[in-house]
Amino acid sequence: MTYTKLMHKQFQRIKERLIEGALFLSALFSIFVTVGIIAVLFFETFEFFKEVSIIDFLTDTQWTPLFAEKHFGVLPLFSGTFLTTAIAIIVALPIGLISAIYLSEYASGRIRTMLKPVLEILAAVPTVVYGYFALLFVTPLLQGLIPALAGFNALSPGIVMGVMIIPIVSSLSEDAMHAVPMGLREGAYALGATRLQVATRVVVPAAFSGIAASFILGISRAVGETMILAIAAGQQPRLTLNPLVPVETVTAYIVQVSLGDTPTGTIEYKTIFAVGISLFVVTFVLNMVSYWLRKRFREVYE
Amino acid sequence: MSRKVFNKWFDKAFFILGFLTTLVGLAVLLALILDVLADGLGRLGWQFLTNYPSRKPEEAGILSAWVGTVWLMALTGLLAIPVGIMAAIYLEEYSKKNWLTNLIEINIANLAGVPSIIYGLLGLGLFVRAMGLDRSVISGSAALSILVMPIVIMSTREALRAIPSSIREASFALGATKWQTIRHQVVPAAMPGIMTGIILAMSRAVGETAPLITIGALTYVAFLPTSPISSEFPFISFQGLFDPFTVLPIQIFNWVSRPQKGFFADAAAAIIVLLAITFVMNGLAVWIRHRYQKGIRW
Repeated sequence: MTYTKLMHKQFQRIKERLIEGALFLSALFSIFVTVGIIAVLFFETFEFFKEVSIIDFLTDTQWTPLFAEKHFGVLPLFSGTFLTTAIAIIVALPIGLISAIYLSEYASGRIRTMLKPVLEILAAVPTVVYGYFALLFVTPLLQGLIPALAGFNALSPGIVMGVMIIPIVSSLSEDAMHAVPMGLREGAYALGATRLQVATRVVVPAAFSGIAASFILGISRAVGETMILAIAAGQQPRLTLNPLVPVETVTAYIVQVSLGDTPTGTIEYKTIFAVGISLFVVTFVLNMVSYWLRKRFREVYE
Repeated sequence: MSRKVFNKWFDKAFFILGFLTTLVGLAVLLALILDVLADGLGRLGWQFLTNYPSRKPEEAGILSAWVGTVWLMALTGLLAIPVGIMAAIYLEEYSKKNWLTNLIEINIANLAGVPSIIYGLLGLGLFVRAMGLDRSVISGSAALSILVMPIVIMSTREALRAIPSSIREASFALGATKWQTIRHQVVPAAMPGIMTGIILAMSRAVGETAPLITIGALTYVAFLPTSPISSEFPFISFQGLFDPFTVLPIQIFNWVSRPQKGFFADAAAAIIVLLAITFVMNGLAVWIRHRYQKGIRW
């Protein structure tokens, strides 16, 4: 081998190393993002708890940081989040699961290729559009049925949020059912089972951890959803489970404060980080459980 | 009725129930589109696209909003796409199975599920305050690019994974290095899948509202960011990066929150524009996926 050829090879090797290093740094970037999120949230939250006791934060039943007489009980915000999420789940879980069973076990290939993109479009609609729809279409519609329903309420955005989550539940559940080996189905059919029996007694139990993962991911999406609630649920933090009155969720509160001109360093400014970290923790736990379930499911069948 | 007949009947009933249930989503989508068209079509026109927002609903337009959206999308893409693709290439082609790779993978899965408003808080604390970038175009796009990066990474990985190892082996056999193989064989072959992911990520970014509100994008903007092309030397200006901005979804939110009914029509008209953009992007993504899935048989 000549000297120049050797040089060239050496150069090539260094180049390969440099590229690998750059790629590695890009992959590592996601870790920095998480560290950044946690650092920012922790820093401001720490400042917040210098002024407000953590006991008050967790047990006080009033949330009025923007009033003259300030209370910092996060419960009303979380009850708002819990209530709207529960409504969304009541809508999304049955519809999503039935759709998934239908698409996986009943629908012909042609119908499936037609319906799946439609469901995907539901997930692509910007949430601010759903907010408009909840406030100006669904709420007036529901008021025709329930006269006691307030203009801002938990029910209407909850239902709309449920529709938004349907594609998450249905497509992930369907993927899970799709991965169940054909042999299990054939065994049941050979014993004379109908499609429904195969679906409910063989496929759904076999795909259960995958389906559960889709449910939890749906819940996590609902907990973190912001614009639908900021537009249609109101801005009154209230410790209630009544779906007919205005409530405020954790996310809608952050929007409310962000819209006002809150100076840095004030207690109002710090509250959004304190409630933000609570939100982050809740969704983090849900995402991890869902991730773990999906992984376990994959290990069983793939 | 015997049990067998009953079971058969039940099976048929579920077939119909399943079909109707699956149509619920379609029905809601139709209702939404018709509602928005009925409310907003009358307001849509050339003037609506070329006017700034106004106190009078009939004269209000979305000029500052759509220009802001274009700015933000361009920058978000510039920031998110290269890093996202590079991260995916590392994870798919280079990484060894160890705790660090595992951690990165779990971390990306989690980031994909973090509520978008949390990215807004990150942007507010990090870009707006700590780095002093203020409520600018660059702060907004930085936050959005971090938000959509997991989508780019996950879809790129999926596209890379679908390329059979025989392609790589053939390239190695001809003496190509690892990077040459990736650069000239694997990535070009995976391009349709990567493009689909990029378009979906950008379509997500177009509709994002909450993180930008948290960062402090203004809701009433009657000016445009400084144009990147100027008539004076050096003809290129980066001033626009540091200007305040608004985007389409924020403009919509602003109009929906007004008490005057006239602004609802403006909101609906702006929604028509936003939905058109979103649907075109998603349609494009589905089309690319469909077209190339058919063409290539490994």
